[in-house]
This record gives sequence, structure tokens and C-alpha cells, in this order.
Amino acid sequence: MTIAIYIIVMAAVTYLIRMIPFAFFTKKIKSKFFKSLLYYIPYAVLSAMTFPAIFYSTGDHITAAIGTAAAMILAFFDLPLIVVAAAAAGSALIADVIMH
Amino acid sequence: MKKDFFKGLRHGIPIALGYLSVSFGVGIMAVKAGISITAAVIMSASNLTSAGQAAGIGIIAAGGAIIEMILAQFTINLRYSLMSLSLSQKLDSSFTLPQKLIASFGITDEIFAVAVSRPNRLTASYMYGLIFMPLIGWSLGTFLGAFAGELLPPFIANAMSIMLYGMFIAIIIPPARKERNVLIVVIAAAVFSCIFKYLIPSVSGGFAVIISALLASVIGAVFFPIKEMREEE
Repeated sequence: MTIAIYIIVMAAVTYLIRMIPFAFFTKKIKSKFFKSLLYYIPYAVLSAMTFPAIFYSTGDHITAAIGTAAAMILAFFDLPLIVVAAAAAGSALIADVIMH
Repeated sequence: MKKDFFKGLRHGIPIALGYLSVSFGVGIMAVKAGISITAAVIMSASNLTSAGQAAGIGIIAAGGAIIEMILAQFTINLRYSLMSLSLSQKLDSSFTLPQKLIASFGITDEIFAVAVSRPNRLTASYMYGLIFMPLIGWSLGTFLGAFAGELLPPFIANAMSIMLYGMFIAIIIPPARKERNVLIVVIAAAVFSCIFKYLIPSVSGGFAVIISALLASVIGAVFFPIKEMREEE
């Protein structure tokens, strides 16, 4: 039952964030500080969510570190999301197979 | 009307294909956290957001407080309010309030990007079409990922759990490479997050992400205010 409450809360908060400005706001945001903050938040959120959690994602620090390195190198060269993600999983898997 | 819907549907197909793979990672993550396949699919169909769901799954797995869930979703998904605001300036005058209440459900980063770049005003039919395929892709991918997570041998499922983070890296690295201010914000957020994890472990994961991201974004906004809003016309 609690899982249902969590999901309802998640969905409600996320919906309200999208709906209220879309349906009821008419003015534009003018504050430069607030605009800048909103510009940076997505990157900051993803970075804070990824590090250090990614190093624990596979259950083994070494395979996770190898997967992370592969993802960072491919992302640096602007490869598509799915390629980067698959390479991270693939290299972590290969590292795991070699080590065990 | 009908033409607009099908145009939106067509524009949504590439987004749906991308979501199919991203949500695969969400599905795997969910079952690893002990969430059932059904609950994972319901979560995806009702939330339609990658970072918010990833954080939510973490909080559920840790048995976090409801207030933590509210604040995490609020902070992580706050960017949608800006996108919604931007799109609200671009709506066709035929858009009614009930239609706005429905269409706003599906505003994601990618759907926003496509909608905002349209030369014409946005109709409700177009928005419905644009949202439809990505919503299907997102839910279906979650199902497949959750299903695979339960079926695949653990060593493969473990390796695949890194996928979602790999995608996050693929989102943040290219802009960080091009813009020094983004790079600094990204590094600051990662450093704060590590400080919480290793030096202040009493702060739960959800709150650590919220505080780290806000601190890093404030640093960016104070020291590198952006010149103009790219996302607005």
C-alpha cells in the first residue's frame, strides 16, 4: 500500500509543477537570478544524482568505475544517449566476466 | 484537428524510440529496488520523467519520508515549470482550460524541445499527438526493463543497472564541455553530493541530491548569470 502512496505523491507533485504554469501563468519570469537558477538546476540535479551513486550501481566498484569511464569518454565525443548507456553497461559486463 | 494530431504523432516517434531505451534502465532500477513490474509501469505512465523517477525509486527503496519525496520531486522537476511557462506563451487561442489540464501532463525535456521549435502556434490536437507515442514508449520500455530485470541472470542485470546513470552522463558532459559555467556547476554538484555521502551520511540520499543541486545552481546563478534565456522565444 505504501508504494501506492509514494507513486501518487510523485505523480501529483510532478503534474502540478507542469500544469500550474501551463494553465494559469500569463506573465514571464523576469528575474535574472531565477532564470539562471532554472537553467542550471537540470545539470546540477543529474550530476548530484549520478555521483557518487554510479559507483555503487553495479554492486562492484571496479566494474562500475570502468562503466563510468567508458560513458564519460563516449559522452565527451557527443555520442547518442543510447550508445553511451549501452557502452557503460557493456564495459561493466565485460569487466565482470573477465574478473570472475 | 485530425491533421494536427497525426503531425504530432509523427513528431513524437523519435522521442518515443529514445524513451524506450531510457525507460528500460528505469525498469531495471525499479525491480532491483524491490518494486513490482506493475508498480514500475504505473509509476512511469503517471510520472513520465527520468530523473524524478530515479530519485523516487531511491527514496522508496530507502523507505524515505513523504516530505522528502515531495521536496525531491519538486526540486528535480522544477525545470518543467519553466518549460510549461514558455509553452504557455505559444498556445493557440483555441486551447481550452480542460485541454491545458490534459496536455500539461506530458511536458518533458524532449517534448518541450520539439514543441517550442514549431513555427506555428500549438493546438491541443498537436500536443496530444506529440505526447502520445513518447508516453507509450516510456511505459513499454519500463515494462520491458522491469521484466528483463527479473528474468536476466543477476550479473547481466547488475551491469545494466548502470545504464540510466550512463544516460545522465551523456546529457551533462556535452554542454559541460562547451560551456565552462555548466562544467563548474556540474563539478560542484558532484563534489557536494560526495561530501554528503562520505562526510555527512546522516542526510538521506534524496535530501543530499536536493541540497547539492540547489547549492551548485545558486553558485552558477550568482557567479555566472546567463545572458539570455535560450528556451524562450
